Amino acid sequence: MANMSLKKNEMPHQAPDVRNKNFNEVALGYTEEQAVDEAKRCLSCKNMPCVGGCPVKIRIPEFIKKVAEGDFEEAYRIISESSALPAVCGRVCPQETQCEQKCVRGIKGEPVAIGRLERFVADRHNANKKAPTERPASNGHKVAVVGSGPSGLTCAGDLARLGYEVTVFEALHLAGGVLVYGIPEFRLPKSIVAEEIEGLKALGVKIETNTVIGKTLSVDELQGEMGFDAVFIGSGAGLPKFMNIPGENLKGVYSANEFLTRINLMKAYKKDSATPVQNAKRVAVVGGGNVAMDAARCAKRFGAEVYVVYRRGMEELPARREEVEHAIEEGIIFKTLTNPVSIGGDENKNVTSMTCVEMTLGEPDASGRRRPVVKEGSEFTLEVDSVIMALGTSPNPLIKSTTEGLDTQSWGGIIADENGKTTRDGVFAGGDAVTGAATVILAMGAGKTAAKAIDEYIRSKN
Amino acid sequence: MYKIVKKEILNPTVILMDIYAPAVARKAEPGQFIILRTDSEGERIPLTVADYNRETGTVTIIFQKVGATTEKLAHMEEGECLSDFVGPLGRATETDGVKKVAIVGGGVGCAIAYPVAKKFFSLGAEVHSIVGFRNKDLVILEEQFKAVSHKMKLVTDDGSYGEKGLVTDALKALVDSGEKYDLVVTIGPLIMMKFVSKLTLEYGIKTVASMNPIMIDGTGMCGGCRLTVGGKTRFACVDGPDFDAHQIDFDEAMARGSMYRDFERHAHEETCNLFKKEERGNG
Repeated sequence: MANMSLKKNEMPHQAPDVRNKNFNEVALGYTEEQAVDEAKRCLSCKNMPCVGGCPVKIRIPEFIKKVAEGDFEEAYRIISESSALPAVCGRVCPQETQCEQKCVRGIKGEPVAIGRLERFVADRHNANKKAPTERPASNGHKVAVVGSGPSGLTCAGDLARLGYEVTVFEALHLAGGVLVYGIPEFRLPKSIVAEEIEGLKALGVKIETNTVIGKTLSVDELQGEMGFDAVFIGSGAGLPKFMNIPGENLKGVYSANEFLTRINLMKAYKKDSATPVQNAKRVAVVGGGNVAMDAARCAKRFGAEVYVVYRRGMEELPARREEVEHAIEEGIIFKTLTNPVSIGGDENKNVTSMTCVEMTLGEPDASGRRRPVVKEGSEFTLEVDSVIMALGTSPNPLIKSTTEGLDTQSWGGIIADENGKTTRDGVFAGGDAVTGAATVILAMGAGKTAAKAIDEYIRSKN
Repeated sequence: MYKIVKKEILNPTVILMDIYAPAVARKAEPGQFIILRTDSEGERIPLTVADYNRETGTVTIIFQKVGATTEKLAHMEEGECLSDFVGPLGRATETDGVKKVAIVGGGVGCAIAYPVAKKFFSLGAEVHSIVGFRNKDLVILEEQFKAVSHKMKLVTDDGSYGEKGLVTDALKALVDSGEKYDLVVTIGPLIMMKFVSKLTLEYGIKTVASMNPIMIDGTGMCGGCRLTVGGKTRFACVDGPDFDAHQIDFDEAMARGSMYRDFERHAHEETCNLFKKEERGNG
């Protein structure tokens, strides 16, 4: 008998006024009882609308059925057929606009908590893992993957399962891409990312850190003397945008990338870290996406008073609802319909203030969102000693500029067809490097599609 | 892991190391830089490539003990390994079409200026090197510079070695004596490069400065290394590190360079104390 409760099982969280002072994970995960109870809310719809909402097509009702039956390992096996990083996706996927949005239970009441169940299944598997993964026999073909973020890791995992010898090249000293440098510890513990990567290594995937493709090695060398049959480029969108307003180069102005990298990758959140981050008292984060929320919540954890400054309204914030709610609970102040015009500093060029204007929403623009218009004479000054620019990122030009025959859009995105095939033979691409900044799960979907296309490409040549 | 195959103390605060990093050595060019971490908990620091040997697969770095990481590095010995060493990053110094060049280096910046001088020399350009140090004890690479320069001026602030004066004085004297340079390359403290740039602007000589700002990833991701060149924001890691000196906002670069000075000083002192304690413990 299905559980007909209209509400999801609540997931335990750290209390807001406790967690806004530490970097431990905010959401604590379901217990077995909660998971089984939640799984029983699933109606096992025949047409499986939820699967249609999943970029990697996890067989959701099937794994949930196994959870309801208490067969958690089988549930894990079903998920891992489609997803290389279940513990990650269970935490950072925007389920509310994907699988859960399509859930029939959501028509009257709340949808089944698919994301929380995925997370439960993955965590339980990782905690009880016994036998090491079996390594598939090699098929003798080599594939190079550029970048170890979500798209690269997914592509690598899928190809390794098919018997390809996969080497992942990472520019930084640690694999994981945005999962380790961008998303903070309290939302995605780094030990979980490390565990998922160990899982890939067990499949035979080699990871070469400290290798910048376009500098240390070129795509020509990968395809040429190094003998890779195909190359997948999942180099992400790492280039930060700035506003080009006066004062942006003052001390205390960061890109969200720099701020988050210092804190996450370089562990500035730990007291004994060798990497400094400015100890600000009042911080303005400019932007309204998930990265802005991450930066704001990190700054809050350093004890600062934090403002999120966004030119549209609360309704238009592009961040996940849940992230915005968490941020509000943690005491972050939202200054919406506000746009910075300049940043002021003292004689030592330290940030002391940010001058803003108020905005109103006018007619919808090309994106369909109402265009923010400056309110005349509304200028005001916000006293802050740090400003974090979280305005989005664009693809890094390093690979494009060193790879002949690889065409890109005017804004830098690599041109690829729906299967990830680029304009250069044997080179595939996916994730933010193609689409511009998007989500972890979309990048994983692209990595998955490309893995299939790479397999077909190599087979067709042999 | 990247092994230290040679260590040489050049002066009380400046150390040379050859690091085994064949992938970097294979591609490195003068003007480019690397990023290293001493150990898995260390910070990432950029250092310009001082030399490389494609046959032995080694890259030479020369660094001054200024912060915690360089202090830690200075205490590492031949045979030990660095946990990370990535590169070559940034663009190489442009050498095309230059017939006569003045290389102006200051302090530890001379370590970076040297491979640039060597490259111009090997390409057949007439190389005049002007190297400056605070005093005699801090002089480095004198013989090496001599070997790749058609003319060389060594100056010290206090006159304890070479001629007394600043590099700008020496450069001015050469230009006033009728030397005509296609290009001046300046590498050293920001304040020195600022004044070299000011001088060559007056004389109308094209000048390139090699910038070494704070950075993390070195691939264009963090934007921490940004500086204003010709009114535009540029990233030293991918657009540089060489820029048209006459276009650089040196005052802004100097301010940005001081962002973590207190933290660095504190961390350096802590590291020094740690090493002192260790030495006492061993003694």
